[in-house]
Amino acid sequence: MTAPAVECRDISVRFMSERRVVTALEDVSFSVPVGGFVSLLGPSGCGKSTLLRVVADLIAPSGGQASVLGATPAEARKARALGFVFQDAALLPWRTALENVELPLEVGGRRALAAGAATPRELLALVGLAGWENSYPHELSGGMRQRVSIARALLGGPRLLLMDEPFGALDEITRDRLNAELRRIWAETGTTILFVTHSVYEAVFLAEQVLVLSANPGRVAALESVELPRDRDLSIRDTPDFVAITARLRAHLGSVH
Amino acid sequence: MSAVADSTIVPASREAGIKAAEAAFRAAERRARMRRRLLPAAGVAALIATWAGLVYLLKVPPFVAPSPQLVATTLVAKFGILMANLLPTAIEAVSGFLLGNLTAIIIATAFVHKKSLEQAFFPVVVLINSIPVVAKAPILVLLLGNGMEPKIAIAALICFFPTLVNMVRGLESVNPQSLELMKVLSASKAEIFFKLRLFNSVPYLFSALKIAASTAVIGAIVGEWIGSTVGIGALIIQSTYNFDSAMLYATVIVGSAFSVTFFLTITLIERLVVRWQPHASI
Repeated sequence: MTAPAVECRDISVRFMSERRVVTALEDVSFSVPVGGFVSLLGPSGCGKSTLLRVVADLIAPSGGQASVLGATPAEARKARALGFVFQDAALLPWRTALENVELPLEVGGRRALAAGAATPRELLALVGLAGWENSYPHELSGGMRQRVSIARALLGGPRLLLMDEPFGALDEITRDRLNAELRRIWAETGTTILFVTHSVYEAVFLAEQVLVLSANPGRVAALESVELPRDRDLSIRDTPDFVAITARLRAHLGSVH
Repeated sequence: MSAVADSTIVPASREAGIKAAEAAFRAAERRARMRRRLLPAAGVAALIATWAGLVYLLKVPPFVAPSPQLVATTLVAKFGILMANLLPTAIEAVSGFLLGNLTAIIIATAFVHKKSLEQAFFPVVVLINSIPVVAKAPILVLLLGNGMEPKIAIAALICFFPTLVNMVRGLESVNPQSLELMKVLSASKAEIFFKLRLFNSVPYLFSALKIAASTAVIGAIVGEWIGSTVGIGALIIQSTYNFDSAMLYATVIVGSAFSVTFFLTITLIERLVVRWQPHASI
């Protein structure tokens, strides 16, 4: 049996400040299968972004163990097994779209792209930005900037993509379109995705499984499988199956407040 | 019947209507641009006219204040002397500018890399900066003699502080998510510095350089007030003692013209270097 893409056991994270100790996460355990798509759903402040940062080796957990593809998060990070998409696109404003996508090749020990791996240009085309290679971030819309950052995270073909509310700051129409495209990108690249959101619709539309976190402290409140066809378009949100799942999730969210 | 009413009926004339509206918009733009350029010129002209009028009406003697015509004549007649004195001042200001800013950039880099350095030495820098230039100048003249060196040192010192403060802020105020991105990519400290912090600091650096461009000239002139025989500063002192007000005004005009040119040069370089953000007009 191969190791799961993400495996978290009893993860706790406490932040110390001068006045008090905040427990962001308490005994969180879950796993993401290889090739899976899991949404982390919860209210603001439930520690879902913190959990994602534990998996990405940006925050060391105060307790518990995380493993990524059978290795430690630090090993996975150094091996470039994971890509991260931030809430704001975090593009470098002095680099063009193409140069931003190329950034991972220039830092962390210069590395050439593996033979057969998608080139930066191909990745920009994959996210629908062919022809925008030489535009600076300030010339792109919010949605386009986020597409560039997705292309950057996909460079080198990471086996795990961590996404921290990437569409949270976008308008609903753009968000819907990008949701549909993210499903397509997931199907085309075969990468595992762990996706943080506070939108119930987004969580269900995108994922195969939804992990609900409760707040204060962050704990796992429920794990819901999304029994919907693999090929989805936005109209699926009007089907009874979809509505039933979102209703169950909302009930979980309601009970944890 | 108006063009707008027509255009709602016939598509062909609608296009004509849009063209006409566009032409009207462009014409209005042109007029606004002309106004933006003409109004400051009119302001300067009004100032000179008032000056000329007051000197004429109040019969101000030339040793108190010259008329604009007299200043203009002096500017032409003494052009050679003025330029000969501008040269040392310009060399001092530009050398001081380069020296002061370069030092500030290096020290800012050290501060950002070693927080304890900043904690130890930033108060010292603030202390030195709190001494007025006119008080620093004699100290430096005693230390460095009567040549160009003390003037360069004063110009450098005056540039140093704003650049240091801005540069430290520019290097430190990187987007936290960009920093996290660099960590996810396992970037080294040097890579974070050269790929992220340095670029991030460039707009901050230029706003400091624009301040430094004018203050460096002030520093050089103040330096020349103390024991110097050449330079714009020396010329100012000499003409004041000789009650040669026309020469004094002409010197001041040459000095500020140089200062403005220096500032505009930095602004131009900024536009060429910082291409990644929309520019505000100066």
